[in-house]
Amino acid sequence: MNDTEVQEKKSILNFKIDLVNKRHQNGSLIPLLQAAQDSYGYIPEKIIYYISELVGIPAAEIYGVITFYSQFRLKPLGKNLIRICEGTACHVNGAKSILTALQDELGITIGETTDDGICSLQSVACLGCCSLAPVIMINDATHGNLTMDKIKKILKKYKTKEKLREAS
Amino acid sequence: MKKIKVGLGTCGISAGGELVYNKLKEEIKIKNLGIEVKETGCMGMCYEEALVEVVDDNDSFLYSNVTVDKIGRIVNEHLINNKPVIEWIIKSNEISKEDAFLKNQNRIVLRNCGVIDPTSIDEYIEHDGYKAIEKVLKDFTQQEVIDLIIKSGLRGRGGAGFTTGMKWNFANQEKSEKKYIICNADEGDPGAFMDRSVLEGDPHSVLEGMMIAAYAIGSDEAYIYCRAEYPLAIKRLRTAIKQCESKGYLGKNIFGSNFNFTIKIKEGAGAFVCGEETALMASIEGKRGVPRLRPPFPANKGLWGKPTNINNVETFANVPWIINYGWEKYSSLGTEKSKGTKVFALAGKIKKSGLAEVPMGMTINEIVFDIGGGIKNDKKFKAVQMGGPSGGCIPASMGDLKIDYDEIVRTGAIMGSGGLIVLDETTCMVDLARYFLNFTQNESCGKCTFCRVGTKRMLEILERITIGKGKENDVDILQDLAYKISKNSLCGLGQSAPNPVLTTIKYFREEYEAHIHDKKCPSHSCSALIDYSIDEVNCKGCGLCIKVCSSNAITGSKKAVHYINQELCIKCGRCFDVCNLDAVIKN
Repeated sequence: MNDTEVQEKKSILNFKIDLVNKRHQNGSLIPLLQAAQDSYGYIPEKIIYYISELVGIPAAEIYGVITFYSQFRLKPLGKNLIRICEGTACHVNGAKSILTALQDELGITIGETTDDGICSLQSVACLGCCSLAPVIMINDATHGNLTMDKIKKILKKYKTKEKLREAS
Repeated sequence: MKKIKVGLGTCGISAGGELVYNKLKEEIKIKNLGIEVKETGCMGMCYEEALVEVVDDNDSFLYSNVTVDKIGRIVNEHLINNKPVIEWIIKSNEISKEDAFLKNQNRIVLRNCGVIDPTSIDEYIEHDGYKAIEKVLKDFTQQEVIDLIIKSGLRGRGGAGFTTGMKWNFANQEKSEKKYIICNADEGDPGAFMDRSVLEGDPHSVLEGMMIAAYAIGSDEAYIYCRAEYPLAIKRLRTAIKQCESKGYLGKNIFGSNFNFTIKIKEGAGAFVCGEETALMASIEGKRGVPRLRPPFPANKGLWGKPTNINNVETFANVPWIINYGWEKYSSLGTEKSKGTKVFALAGKIKKSGLAEVPMGMTINEIVFDIGGGIKNDKKFKAVQMGGPSGGCIPASMGDLKIDYDEIVRTGAIMGSGGLIVLDETTCMVDLARYFLNFTQNESCGKCTFCRVGTKRMLEILERITIGKGKENDVDILQDLAYKISKNSLCGLGQSAPNPVLTTIKYFREEYEAHIHDKKCPSHSCSALIDYSIDEVNCKGCGLCIKVCSSNAITGSKKAVHYINQELCIKCGRCFDVCNLDAVIKN
């Protein structure tokens, strides 16, 4: 990301900070980081220093907060985020084989992004859709009652969508 | 006049409820029927989603497993020609296919879930909404509210089961100009989803409960700490808070009294330990969610050093009902020391997974078999896991146990938030213990050495047992570590982290021994301890297994018996799952 782009994004962030600050006088650090991640898709190093100045908390401490919570990322994500649920209900209903299928199809494991930047794979403790176990979430859509075959079909759909988007 | 309700909780949406909802709206518009289509929360019957309810003046018809393809018939036959599509209906005046699931339930917390439109404050008001807070503000002193909640016997539904009224009393007695209420909606226990369902299906009942608590302890400001994995719940809460603000139910001089109250939402950022109250408060303050020593308790020194009362979602949702219908009625339900009802999230190897709210004191067997319909694929019932990573496994032989806080603790498990995961004969208990230790080890905040390092050591031992490399005295070392971790950790996470291991050793010791001594997994679940082979008699050479094998371990020409190369086999089990002829054998 070049400097002008960062500048542009800063203005988005500024706007959000303003909003957040008005709502939460105290304890604004986590909402700020969430706002930053919403704008950038991750938390760039520059933004950590920027927030540090803004709220008067040392950058090291902010880094400590970022790495404590699993929601925050210090690296950008792929275009689609696939989250596999590792809840108990999913575990006993075969989440492991779903993970194998995902890894086979995508060629990446948890915490990685495909080389083409289309998909990132993450695990999540529980999505709360235990009755549909095993479950994955692609971006904001939940897919349940999965089998290895279903995974293939779902991923195929996303890949075609991505190709269409690129072509247009 | 007909009205249609579509269940649009997270479970309903992922089962295709949103597509059904849009299609219904579209069809009704095209055919110009003028029928209102509304969204509603989860009805608890997650196994029947997507659910569509057609309500007319005399009856209501509940359609289950609705897909977009079924809409045409429902619209043409039922909506236009008044002939309900009987074969798809599971509940009406005449039909009661799901009677067993519903008749044993007693819905207090879930009273409005799946009944009202959660985005409409007016519907909540029509169902006695905000009557309790009005009554409290007009007729009750703070102490009267607290006494009433104490008498009802309500205990915290978040896990530990502390008496709610007592908690309020401590916060009320503390003298301070500023006090906080916090709603713990950080439902982190993997396998529990009742709080999500209440927030999505009936957010106003939680807000009203919080208002009553705030009045009782003398607080004017509250936070709801909701996990970010529940985007829909957060959205519904935001809407509900806005509606309250514009109606004057939140803000200054509520219902003409001198009670002022505001509620804010804080989104969690993904840390299980933040369900612990002191860690949760640190997280609201913008810090790492690390627990601290108690005392001082939050009631004395909580958020930003001020007296704070923390309850969870389900606890708050009970409160307006208790005020409206009286503590006598509430405490008439349940057992001697655990009053009222409890919502259980049924999941795992059970036929009817979903949410069931039953009076305390119902037995495990009644919940699993009468309500849950028994075990999936009619396998053998082995155990239930209660209380998530802090809880334990209760074996099927104790199925007649009456569920209440104290009985469950006696088994070594805990009530927890009410997740009830059913396990069958194919679930390996050692692997399940490993699974939970992996979870707690990941989620340990790292403050206490025993929790940080001890859970890691326990996990390593469990890992080696499940791959057949267990050592003779491993069970003893596990028990020793468990004792030390639970005695030397500050918060509930560490103190209870060994529970899944201890209960599985207590009730399923023979499984540990089979792994360690015989290098065998009795449930045929641990992949390192099983082999796949092909039965020469049953195999017809169809080639299905060859197609799914990702490691090219299966060979054999068409219509000839296939063969698995053990050196190439990665034991993923795909061939076993795909074979229709029982020709793939697990040893």
